[in-house]
Amino acid sequence: MTTVQMKAPGSRRWLLNIGIAIIVIYCLVPFYWMLVSAFRRPNDAGDNSPLPSPWSLDNFSSVFGPSIGFWRSLGNSVLVAGTTTILTLVIGTFAAYTLARLDFRGKNLVAGIIIGTSMFPGVALIVPLFKLFIDIQWINTYQAMILPSLSFALPLAVWTLATFFRQMPKELEEAAMVDGLTRGQAFRQVILPLAAPGMFTTAIITFIAAWNEYIIALTMVNEKDMKTATVAISQFTGISGYDSPVGTKMAAGVIVTVPLVIAVLIFQRRIIAGLTAGGVK
Amino acid sequence: MTVTTAPPPTASGAPKRSTAKSDPQKHGRLALMLLTPTFLVLAIVVVYPLIAALRESLYQKKSGLDENGFVIKGDTFVGVENYTNIFKGETATRFWNAFWNTTFFTVTTLALEILIGVSMALVMHHALRGKGLVRASILVPWAIPTVVSALMWQTIFQADGVANEVLHSQILWTTEGFHAKIAVIIADVWKTAPFVGLLVLAGLQVIPGDVYEAARVDGANAWKQFWRITLPLVKPALLVAILFRGLDALRMFDLPYVMIGQRKSSVETLSMLAQEQTTSQRFGPAAAYAVVLFIYVAIVAYAFVKLLGADVLGEARTRAKETKQRKLKAATA
Repeated sequence: MTTVQMKAPGSRRWLLNIGIAIIVIYCLVPFYWMLVSAFRRPNDAGDNSPLPSPWSLDNFSSVFGPSIGFWRSLGNSVLVAGTTTILTLVIGTFAAYTLARLDFRGKNLVAGIIIGTSMFPGVALIVPLFKLFIDIQWINTYQAMILPSLSFALPLAVWTLATFFRQMPKELEEAAMVDGLTRGQAFRQVILPLAAPGMFTTAIITFIAAWNEYIIALTMVNEKDMKTATVAISQFTGISGYDSPVGTKMAAGVIVTVPLVIAVLIFQRRIIAGLTAGGVK
Repeated sequence: MTVTTAPPPTASGAPKRSTAKSDPQKHGRLALMLLTPTFLVLAIVVVYPLIAALRESLYQKKSGLDENGFVIKGDTFVGVENYTNIFKGETATRFWNAFWNTTFFTVTTLALEILIGVSMALVMHHALRGKGLVRASILVPWAIPTVVSALMWQTIFQADGVANEVLHSQILWTTEGFHAKIAVIIADVWKTAPFVGLLVLAGLQVIPGDVYEAARVDGANAWKQFWRITLPLVKPALLVAILFRGLDALRMFDLPYVMIGQRKSSVETLSMLAQEQTTSQRFGPAAAYAVVLFIYVAIVAYAFVKLLGADVLGEARTRAKETKQRKLKAATA
């Protein structure tokens, strides 16, 4: 797009607008297609018209119908992702503050280890943990999903939080300490309240990561009542053998995705700050 | 200034604190204390499983009857047999297939993500209107769970789906064959390219405008500006984005598993292979596959950091430099 820079401003603006339109279409059209497919009648699954005709909520009612029982899966997902998020924030805040604010030997090593663990292939952790959980009878339990989830959620949260801590003016805390507060008090009374928005953003990012988790939940649980939403959706089967559950899957996909999309739209500036600052600067 | 635990005896109260701050080792003990919970958890959920996987990969479950008709249960030490088995006979075919699938997916998706991501970032960077809209929409693919995006693309790619209608084709995208690879690549790039775009955009935004100003005065055209200024300056951000995306692609599991299915040779990745062995409780081979994948990931990460100089630590490292400078200043003062 820089090639356009030398041309007349008018044509350049046009090209940029077209570029913007392409990006928006690229990002939203597949999502739009899922929405539309969800609102078709189950029998219209093969229909490729851009709007459903007629509109129908049948797919949604069958998602929450007794044979699928999606409420239970949603509840499991909220519980697993929520607990993972809270645990990571509680544990990770201290480490993030340390990385961002304290001076100590081996800091690069510590930062490297934390970022390194987030790059592990999840399956390498699942093999031994699955065996262990069979031995201690943790298969089909929430902790069997939450504990392994910490492996990716904790580094993510520490890294994102450290970025937010680093952005806060150091002088505030120093002033508080000159005023006679201990470091702990300064942290609680000055830093934490200021860091609240950053912690909230980190919570959203971690929650989304935990909510989207698949391979752990898929491996550690085989009982229907314990499955998380992502696992449940991927295993939907038609009610009868000929029934293709495309519409049901799309409806469930919309249900799982829309809350995330809304949260992301509301907090987009912060989330982008959290996502990019961690990886870039 | 090399004292780690005992601070030099200075006046008590506030002045002591302010001198202590210039000492890089002052916080060693506090740091250790605050880092302990995180490292404890990481030791349990990452280090222990990794060591256990290494051990597991040297054992095999032997079950059956011995010569007296008793049931033999438990694990037997088999040395590197699980590893050598990977490269023998039919398992070798399956392993190399998964290995090449993983590599192929990683290389192709990365290439497309960089191309599309950088273009997106450039458009967004220069855009005058619609910034809010584009920022909102670019987060949508990121927020959609991979599993949901897999099902979404499965619907788009179904036999009588919209992809075939638009292309006037009759390809059975989600069945075995090269087209399944293409379907997976498209679905993956759709979800991740905007994310790369976001990271590159952040890198673009820290380039000061007067650099371009100067280049323009010197008569550099837009193309030259892109290759000589934009790309070199955005390279650190791009490298980190590529590293993270690349390692993520190497462990690809959800997308081919949900979109195409289990045990489909055209899309089976190393993660899928290892997971399948785990659930069928063939722990020895599963652990061996996992270790091989881990080594593969580690080599790629090492190559990126050492050879290409991807600065993963970024800000954390610059702060360490500051500390060093402060330490020097304090020492010379």
